[in-house]
Amino acid sequence: MTTATLAQALEGPAAAAEMESGARNAAHVARDGAAATEAPVATSPAPGPVANRPSIGEYFGSFMRVVLPPLIGLGLVVGLWALVAMKSSDFPGPAKTLEAAIVLFSDPFYSNGPNDQGIGWNILSSLKRVAVGFGVAALVGIPLGFIIGRFAFMNSMLAPIISLLRPVSPLAWLPIGLMVFKAADPASTWTIFICSIWPMILNTAQGVQRVPQDYLNVARVLNLSEFRIITKILFPSVLPYMLTGIRLSIGTAWLVIVAAEMLTGGVGIGFWVWDEWNNLKVEHILIAIFVIGIVGLLLEYLLLLIARRFSYGVN
Amino acid sequence: MNAIVKVENVGMSFETKKGRFIALQDVNLQIRSGEVVSLIGHSGCGKSTLLNLIAGLTLPTSGVMLCNGREIAGPGPERAVVFQNHSLLPWLTCFENVHLAVERVFGAKEGRDALKARTAKALEMVHMEHAAHKLPQEISGGMKQRIGIARAFAMEPKILLMDEPFGALDALTRAALQDELIGVMEKTGATVVMVTHDVDEAVLLSDRVVMMTNGPAATIGEILAVDLPKPRDRLKLAHDARFAECRAAILEFLYQKQMKKAA
Ligand SMILES: Nc1ncnc2c1ncn2[C@@H]1O[C@H](COP(=O)(O)OP(=O)(O)OP(=O)(O)O)[C@@H](O)[C@H]1O
Ligand SMILES: [Mg+2]
Repeated sequence: MTTATLAQALEGPAAAAEMESGARNAAHVARDGAAATEAPVATSPAPGPVANRPSIGEYFGSFMRVVLPPLIGLGLVVGLWALVAMKSSDFPGPAKTLEAAIVLFSDPFYSNGPNDQGIGWNILSSLKRVAVGFGVAALVGIPLGFIIGRFAFMNSMLAPIISLLRPVSPLAWLPIGLMVFKAADPASTWTIFICSIWPMILNTAQGVQRVPQDYLNVARVLNLSEFRIITKILFPSVLPYMLTGIRLSIGTAWLVIVAAEMLTGGVGIGFWVWDEWNNLKVEHILIAIFVIGIVGLLLEYLLLLIARRFSYGVN
Repeated sequence: MNAIVKVENVGMSFETKKGRFIALQDVNLQIRSGEVVSLIGHSGCGKSTLLNLIAGLTLPTSGVMLCNGREIAGPGPERAVVFQNHSLLPWLTCFENVHLAVERVFGAKEGRDALKARTAKALEMVHMEHAAHKLPQEISGGMKQRIGIARAFAMEPKILLMDEPFGALDALTRAALQDELIGVMEKTGATVVMVTHDVDEAVLLSDRVVMMTNGPAATIGEILAVDLPKPRDRLKLAHDARFAECRAAILEFLYQKQMKKAA
């Protein structure tokens, strides 16, 4: 067990990177998914050892420091899990879950009608809903954030509405979506839209309000055109705030989609969890939990990478 | 010679939580074309405030500010500013930072290549061509300051305004940049208004040193004309009697007449 997880732990970051680039590639998703269910902790980036090339001894030392603690943690969880499973009759243990995962991921893209599709399709349709709801939220929220940040009047006009609506669970909006769109699929996309839009508006607005006065003074002295001010000063200095908003909202969106799909049905990882519960396949639910966690982690990690690319040291 | 900048009975006050704070009162100053003027005074007396007024970044609460006979209504590229904290845009390379200014001033009249050549020339002038494609965070503080100066000079401004351009630098870098600035000013013959804390810097670089009284309601206390021939060489000046005289006059003003009340 330990040696197997060690190998997978090493593979973790690489597999993660692959999955980002080729999430739609069937073979990859299958392999990575199976490996990842076993080593979710290892997907966290492991910097030290690879970046600078120290001697063999140092290499081994830092390797142990980076890899060992997560492995121990993982081992403990798996051990505890096995222990609990032994005492219980209907709770599947790690071995049984792994077996089920291998079966599941050997054919992730089968399709027997709308209610029986491979796990790959379920993940992809959930991701698609998130992407659409989230994309529309970005299209609406970011410009709105700019407007609120730039004009004090708009800020005082919209701030109370936003603070009133923001704490509302996005699922409360689901019936409205169902009523308006008369279909389950756009309704769950609608909840994603609702939950993604707040962080985007608020963070963008905050970014605009915090553009350093120095930069605006530069713009005034150079007498830059409005277009240049937006492209060369406002946009780049707001970008990190915007990316924080995007990261926050994609996190919530991924949380919400599971719940929304449980309520609306159709193809999707949330519905799949509910379906497997009805079929009493608890090991599949455990697999789904791992998969949801890993996809969420990957989304977060991908956005962190993008954010890092656009963060500038302050002068 | 005619005055390019006229400051007439200018007063500046700020509305604060504790009420009205009068920073400047009855300031009168004329700056001739091609002249280098330093503003010196204790911290908080209103040097930056006066410089910002000339830049047009703020408008006076009373009095008149004229530039070339026209009232200063806002900032403009003919009055370039070297900011105290250089204020380079961190997402643009050094070249792009300078180019942004060049493009704005000459973009209407000149082609792309000419604009690029101007930018490159400005970087050359401050000996920074090697860092053209680095980001500001990748170069040292002194280098950033040089890029800031290049950006200002590249605009070929009528007036160059500098707020403690070398304030945050160590003595050696400071001296090197002062010498560089002497060279650049010599070449361009620009009118310069410079805020400084440094008595030697003021004497070395300026034609006149404007000494300001302590605030609140600060004004101009004395103006010292520095009659040393240009170009000036810091090593030779170190033993020059007239240099020592100028220095002494400023020190006397700052530390006897305007003795800072123990804060
Ligand atoms: N926006 C403002 N609001 C209120 N008071 C201000 C404002 N700007 C400047 N002051 C006050 O005006 C006075 C002069 O400030 P200024 O920044 O011009 O000083 P300074 O001579 O440049 O000082 P230093 O040498 O430390 O830079 C100070 O007492 C300051 O507190
Ligand atoms: Mg100042």
